[in-house]
Amino acid sequence: MSAMGALFVRDLKLSIRIGGGALMGVLFFLIVVTIFPFAVGPDLNLLARIGPAILWIGALLATLLSLDRLFQADQEDGTLDLLLLGEHPLELVVLVKCAAQWISTGMPLVVATPLLSLFLNVEPVGIAAVTATLLVGTPALTLIGAVGAALTVILRRGGLLLSILILPLTIPVLIFGVSASLGAVTDPAPFDTPFYILCGLSLLYLVIGPVAAAAALRSSQE
Amino acid sequence: MTLQEDTKLLSVHNLGCIRGGRPVIENISFDLPGGKALVVTGPNGIGKSSLLRTLAGLIKAHAGSMTLEGAEDDLSVGQQAHYFGHADAIKPALSCRENLKFWQTYYGHPTRSPYQAMIEVGIEDLIDLPAAYLSAGQRRRLSLARLLVSYRPLWLLDEPTSALDKASEHKLEVLMAEHLIEGGLIIAATHAPLGLVDPLRLHLDRNLASEPALDDALSEPTAH
Repeated sequence: MSAMGALFVRDLKLSIRIGGGALMGVLFFLIVVTIFPFAVGPDLNLLARIGPAILWIGALLATLLSLDRLFQADQEDGTLDLLLLGEHPLELVVLVKCAAQWISTGMPLVVATPLLSLFLNVEPVGIAAVTATLLVGTPALTLIGAVGAALTVILRRGGLLLSILILPLTIPVLIFGVSASLGAVTDPAPFDTPFYILCGLSLLYLVIGPVAAAAALRSSQE
Repeated sequence: MTLQEDTKLLSVHNLGCIRGGRPVIENISFDLPGGKALVVTGPNGIGKSSLLRTLAGLIKAHAGSMTLEGAEDDLSVGQQAHYFGHADAIKPALSCRENLKFWQTYYGHPTRSPYQAMIEVGIEDLIDLPAAYLSAGQRRRLSLARLLVSYRPLWLLDEPTSALDKASEHKLEVLMAEHLIEGGLIIAATHAPLGLVDPLRLHLDRNLASEPALDDALSEPTAH
């Protein structure tokens, strides 16, 4: 197995054994989604209209929940120092850690989305659209979050600061994710244009995220 | 195992680093040939750990240069070094074998299997136990076993004997001696005598911060 493969498997194993990652994220997602109908009332048409937005907000918050430990756990026990001494670029290490993070926390949210969409009376086409946009969009959220996690790696209570730093940066992803989902169910609005832009944003963050996070991690070692 | 005995030479020239706006180490220069150890001593807070972390590349050097001759050219000094610091870098949720296996695959250049490495440090019966159940001394020994599963020519040891009992200290001495015989280099920051045979010594002292006291042995090329 290659070094990066070993890192990927290690991170997956840790997130499964320590727990809290996948299940907590999905449970939080469930709570956020179920709490909305209590707040807006039992208006099925209204719920169907704002359903995609609720699902996106829920997925966004659930993603943020586990991000603060992305590098902090490794920083606290000295693993990060040793990872820096590897023969591989830190950018690649960050990317692999993000991939493992997304598999263990982002993908379960995508899988849970069709079920939770039913709670919000989203129609079948809309369910497919929201699931597709979350599949494309949540990696971007993880990658942006990695930058925040790297910036707050040495802070004891970095979770809140992480959210404040990261949430503004997620707005473009949110806008195009929700508008693509709505485009699939409302007639004149298109699905594909915002969806392609969302794909573009994900690819952009795929490049920027690891580079920025690696730079932040390096400076945190000083 | 690639052994290029007697060909390695770590040259450090006028190394300095600044932390928190204050120079922590200044004008450190030495030549360390393969097969030799350098013992760094000095009072607490004088910059022994900072020196090791700078050599590893974990802290940016603000002045000076360091090169490891006779090794792979495209790798930095840190990428050819094992860093054994205060933190154990052990994941409690993984078994001892998984911890070691990960570092072996990550660093490459495998030498011993995780089981053999754990025999060397004397905790082989714990190999499939989750590392969460280890005592402080056992964690330290597991962390030491990490140096044995992958070959890297330079060992940077920061207080290597802390939390180790007498028997483990002796094992550490044997392992260090073996590493030196194979042509490796060791730089250890310590307060305790390490049982190294004829090491070079670097004493850091505040009064002499700009001109660190170097033994004569450091400046002259050492025959090996």
